[in-house]
Amino acid sequence: MNTIAEAGRKGSDVRSDCYICIELRKSGGIKIELVSRVDVLYGKSIKNIIKKGCEYFGIENAIIKVEDSGALQFVIMARLETAVKRLGKTTRKEFLPEMLECAKYPTKRDRFRRSRLYLPGNEPKYMLNAGIHKPDGIILDLEDSVNPTEKDAARILVRNALRQVDFYGCERMVRINQIPAGLEDLDYVIPHNVHVILIPKCEKAEDVLLVNERIIKILKGKKKTVYLMPIIESALGVINAYEIASSAENVVALTIGLEDYTADIGTQRTIEGKESFFARSMIVNAAKAAGIQAIDTVFSDVTDMEGLRNSVIEAKSLGFEGKGCIHPRQISVIHEAFAPDDAEIQKAIKIVKAYKEAETKGLSVVAVGNKMIDPPVVKRAMKTIEHALSIGRLQENWMEN
Amino acid sequence: MKLVKNAAGRYVPVEINGLKSEPFRGVGAYKPKGKKAAPKISSCMDYPEDGNKIVPDLKTALIKAGIRDGITISTHHHFRNGDFIANRIFDIAAELGIKNLRWFPSAAFECHAPNIRHLDSGVIHHIEGSLNGSLGEYCSQGRMRGLGVLRSHGGRYQAIQDGEVHIDIAVIAAPTADPFGNANGVNGPSACGGLGFALADSQYADKVIVVTDNLVPFPCVPWQIQGNYVDYVVVMDKIGDPSKIVSGTTEITRSPDRLYIAELVAKFIKTAGIMRNGFSFQAGAGGTALAFAVELAKLMRKENIKARFVRGGSTKFLVEMLKEGLTDYILDGQTFDLEGVKSMRDNPNHVHTSPFTSYNYHGKGNFASMVDVVVLGATEVDLSFNANVVTHSDGRLLHGIGGWQNCLFSKCVILALPSFRDRIPVIVDEVTTLVGPGELIDVVITERGIAINPIREDLIDAVKNSDLPLKSIEELHREVIRICGKPQKPLLGDKIVAAVKWVDGTVLDSVKQVLKAQWGIKLPGAE
Repeated sequence: MNTIAEAGRKGSDVRSDCYICIELRKSGGIKIELVSRVDVLYGKSIKNIIKKGCEYFGIENAIIKVEDSGALQFVIMARLETAVKRLGKTTRKEFLPEMLECAKYPTKRDRFRRSRLYLPGNEPKYMLNAGIHKPDGIILDLEDSVNPTEKDAARILVRNALRQVDFYGCERMVRINQIPAGLEDLDYVIPHNVHVILIPKCEKAEDVLLVNERIIKILKGKKKTVYLMPIIESALGVINAYEIASSAENVVALTIGLEDYTADIGTQRTIEGKESFFARSMIVNAAKAAGIQAIDTVFSDVTDMEGLRNSVIEAKSLGFEGKGCIHPRQISVIHEAFAPDDAEIQKAIKIVKAYKEAETKGLSVVAVGNKMIDPPVVKRAMKTIEHALSIGRLQENWMEN
Repeated sequence: MKLVKNAAGRYVPVEINGLKSEPFRGVGAYKPKGKKAAPKISSCMDYPEDGNKIVPDLKTALIKAGIRDGITISTHHHFRNGDFIANRIFDIAAELGIKNLRWFPSAAFECHAPNIRHLDSGVIHHIEGSLNGSLGEYCSQGRMRGLGVLRSHGGRYQAIQDGEVHIDIAVIAAPTADPFGNANGVNGPSACGGLGFALADSQYADKVIVVTDNLVPFPCVPWQIQGNYVDYVVVMDKIGDPSKIVSGTTEITRSPDRLYIAELVAKFIKTAGIMRNGFSFQAGAGGTALAFAVELAKLMRKENIKARFVRGGSTKFLVEMLKEGLTDYILDGQTFDLEGVKSMRDNPNHVHTSPFTSYNYHGKGNFASMVDVVVLGATEVDLSFNANVVTHSDGRLLHGIGGWQNCLFSKCVILALPSFRDRIPVIVDEVTTLVGPGELIDVVITERGIAINPIREDLIDAVKNSDLPLKSIEELHREVIRICGKPQKPLLGDKIVAAVKWVDGTVLDSVKQVLKAQWGIKLPGAE
């Protein structure tokens, strides 16, 4: 066991984070040395939560240095827990902040997943306001955006964020690490109302099944569905795409990561994207064959909004229903580009009105003019209406007009 | 110090630096009587017929102007953080062994921090003007001999006109001047745009010194400052650092949260029906304010709407709107970048204004109340929509009032701000320092929603069926406290260190000393 351990970040460029260093002593009780930007307003509260944490973990004698850059309480708690665990104290105890009401909302299997915003799992400052930009999903990432030496810290921080941050209705997603390492990540996040788990570098159905096994074990018979979104990032994954897409009931979407995929097939990404056309089409077809959503890769040039728009229009034309992003400014561009155009909306209105009319009259057949409408077409039209409503292209009272 | 409770429920001194002061009586409740002050009569006989008022240096000018213990010296802040002159004045005063000066700047910046040594030694008795950065910290620590007096731009102008502040010597740094004293800010290597903040100083001070690094033969046109008011002209190598006068890099915020706020502001203005042909708006130079102007311009373009005038703080973004024809005029009080300076120089529709035309509350009206909508910031806003711009939530002096109070008379006042900054709530239960009465603040727009002041039923009606994220101020506050936690009350000393004036000259609030344990920036001689 170590006598000294640290966690979190400090420095003048750090915001919303907190550095904690615990130095165990033989005697002298708990001594807290606090430096904080918000000392005047939150100094007492910071010291209180540190004391509470020490009590919780049974630390009786220690010097605790805290350098705080305006971290919220759940961040301070996460950093303290990380430092305690880095002391090498084998503790399963979790210093959990309260599960807030605003963190308890559910998701739906077939909700929109047009935009998913990646947030680095060990960076508190981006988490707090991510939801106000209204992406369809927010991904707290434990994989590539987290330094290998900080994986333990990120898990704890993400867990606390899931309990405390209001994501304002966005789907709550976590990208775990590659299987099998990622299985341990699940222990930290599954009990805290995570909606979707993204499984990176998924190559076979077995990866999905391992994830599900672990989830069932964690939930201990609790009735709760956690949805899965495998990310295909290799040639093998592409070839097994349908097997993966149809491997389990809770797989709701299939997506692709092109950086790793192009490396795997020994080529490079181009703007034109010929090299990934086959893989992307495979994803779309595998997903549709399995009855789930096909979601496109991340667009990572945050300055090129026109490029993003074109990329989304192209993805939509291939059959994709969503796109990944890494900056909030990309979200509205993605939503606008995926949006149905006026002709699509007008057509959908006609179909849905005809459907409602048939329903009230008790007719079993829906017709627009003299054309029969099949149920999947009605369903699609309803989806279009929902989409138009969500982006304000249609008013709530559209049926009356 | 005797304090009384004013109409806003705040305890304020009845005497400031030896002068009786009037406690705030409520918005629109106080009308002073009497006559305005007037400068002494001068005679042409005392001035050179050839119009040459040049003296060898600033020291000579100050001596000729009668610098002595206990007088008031004023400066302007058009050079912002690049000003060389104010420090030079007090260095000279120190050399001459002068004490107890009152420094009356239209605003002070971090570049003026060296004057702390003159405050410590008693060369400067106290400052009446914005107190921020190190000077704010110095005053907050309770180390200034006199009381800081914070006035709005309009309030400063009328304090001069009303005779509340008599300026003995005004020193006007001028980017271009002629030997007669005509001066402007649009030409020369140190060009800063207008010189409006120095206008009252030029007209009312006993002695006026123009300091320039770009002397031109008579006539210097335009003469924003008229040589007929000027006693002495001093030529120096460099009167300021142009890179800090106009940064040239006034950029829009890149923060997605601030950009979102800016979008919400523009959308609100459109939805509320304020954005219509012939309307007017004002926005400052903060990152969010700049972004707002750009967002509004997008909506105006889309809907084919044209403004009659825009009030600035001008920047390249407003200049582009003017060039594009999205507005007929820019009425400019201070220029923030080189494009603004150039536009003011070259475009007759980019008009130089002063605090008198824009903000003076003891005039026969002013422009501020004619503006349809103004977008401002604040450090705090509370459940009664009262707002603070001068102190941080921990009570520390942070910022001057600027034109902020004056702008509250616009037809629609919007505060655009984040709901919290680095865990510090911006939406609070009660402001630390009252600078803007809530009855004048109409809308608070944050990244977490828009709160409309309940007294603005018309605005509530105008946007009620929109998809704007409307919330009550209480809801916003609850949300912020849920996120940040409830802050403890900052411990402040009993000593009053500064007074906040309302636009009518009454005292709206007072600022208390920050206790030693909470001193912030390290200042010379602080230990």
